[in-house]
Amino acid sequence: MSGYFREVYDGCKSLLVGLGITFRYMIQPVVTLQYPRQAVKMAPRYRGHIDLIPDAEAESGNKCIACGMCQRNCPSGCITLKSEKPEGAKKKVLTGYRLDFTKCSLCGLCVESCPTNALDFSKEYNLAGLQAENFVFDLLKRCEERRR
Amino acid sequence: MSVLAADPTYETFVLNMGPQHPATHGALRVKLVMDGEYIVEAEPVLGYIHRMHEKMGENRTYHQYLPNPSRLDYLSAMACTHGHVATVERAAGIAVPERAEYLRVITVELNRVSSHLLWLGAFVLDLGGFTPLLYAMDDREQILDLLERVTGSRLTYCYFRFGGLYNDVDDDFVDGARALVKRIRDKMPMYHNLITKNVILRQRLEGIGPISAEMCRKYGATGPVARGSGIPYDVRKHEPYSVYPEFDFDVPVYEQGDSMARYLVRMDEIEQSLRIVEQGLDKLPEGPVMAEKVPKIIKPPKGDYYCAVEAARGSFGIRLVSDGTNTPYRLKLRSPCFSNVSLFGEAARGLLLADAVALFGSLDLVIPDIDR
Ligand code: SF4
Ligand code: SF4
Repeated sequence: MSGYFREVYDGCKSLLVGLGITFRYMIQPVVTLQYPRQAVKMAPRYRGHIDLIPDAEAESGNKCIACGMCQRNCPSGCITLKSEKPEGAKKKVLTGYRLDFTKCSLCGLCVESCPTNALDFSKEYNLAGLQAENFVFDLLKRCEERRR
Repeated sequence: MSVLAADPTYETFVLNMGPQHPATHGALRVKLVMDGEYIVEAEPVLGYIHRMHEKMGENRTYHQYLPNPSRLDYLSAMACTHGHVATVERAAGIAVPERAEYLRVITVELNRVSSHLLWLGAFVLDLGGFTPLLYAMDDREQILDLLERVTGSRLTYCYFRFGGLYNDVDDDFVDGARALVKRIRDKMPMYHNLITKNVILRQRLEGIGPISAEMCRKYGATGPVARGSGIPYDVRKHEPYSVYPEFDFDVPVYEQGDSMARYLVRMDEIEQSLRIVEQGLDKLPEGPVMAEKVPKIIKPPKGDYYCAVEAARGSFGIRLVSDGTNTPYRLKLRSPCFSNVSLFGEAARGLLLADAVALFGSLDLVIPDIDR
């Protein structure tokens, strides 16, 4: 019989202790953010999808030399480059940089393998869409827009 | 099928738990043959999210496989990547700078704490307690924020490279990690008061779902499941890798083998991991975080290599067979959850359905790790 009362006593006590803890949490400051009305600040190293870095000095507006390292190293094959060699020019010129973000695993191998550091990660995370095409980015165009 | 279930005069029915079930935390189906509320037979049906990670390993270069391991056990992604890079480093004979090894240990242990915190919240949620989940998530969030600051991502890190790390940490990380250790250590008594001492939780866990050491050996269970059954096996102690021998930590072991024992093992492990993080921060040497001469194209010599690490759920190992080319000939992933789920069928026999959920939660299964 005494074991029974002991159990009731222990049970009530543990419930009261629990209630006390939740009560203390209740009067503590709120830890959540009201997304999307409030935005989360992204860490400087946050890895969003990749982006070509605008470069004011280069004629093409970016540092890419169309070497194709990023395309070759990407494990998921998300990068499609287009380049051409204009008549008389010595170097290839990048004419299209297409990123298929639906397949990207954000590993960063493209960024690391770029010999001219032409790539970095964007800080964009508000990405939502109804079609797969919404996640295919033309990085060259984005770079142009960012330069302006 | 057991004798009972095969007997046509004996009335049983089949119940599907999953593939979409809140308590399985992923696409796992458990086929249950029930006798009223009691389980006669339980059979996990695997493969709903099989993604051919082993096959992918065979047709990608070593570097290109780097993002994959973190997709196995996404809750302790650091440990999985650690296993991968350690195996390839062993195969290709790449030496890793000391600072990088220390940072690996620190980040892996932080990741283990975050994994256990999530498990804690989800486990108690399975048993019907909603509030602890929110508190555990709050603490886990601090760890994720800290890791995001160094790695750039929150879950699938891809932070380790062959021969070192993706990038170095700064002083803010060190301070942040110290503050975090203090924060979580201060929170542990709260968790014990709120959860461990709670009478409802105790009654739902104590003596429920016993797993014997014998059963663990039979199915190859490792990690907290084995340690909750009295097997003091921990890869960090038994086959030390990285710089673990330089750390002073205990391996919590409980003899009871019930769900409560597995719960307590993980709670103690959080504290031990915090100890390791603290020591790592104290000892953190200066220096580079990347070995100087890492070949661009890795071609390990012909051979068979194996390296295991202690992930949050047990021993995670990678067997690598190299034929000397730039892609592995075979890449076998030994995932802890696969072995841990295998014993569920035997351990759940005769349990009440609600108790099977407790047993299931105490195994801490991550489904992508089972299916690979
Ligand atoms: S981050 Fe990785 S997956 Fe994404 S485009 Fe770059 S290399 Fe490809
Ligand atoms: S690796 Fe760099 S330079 Fe080469 S194609 Fe890619 S972005 Fe351009």
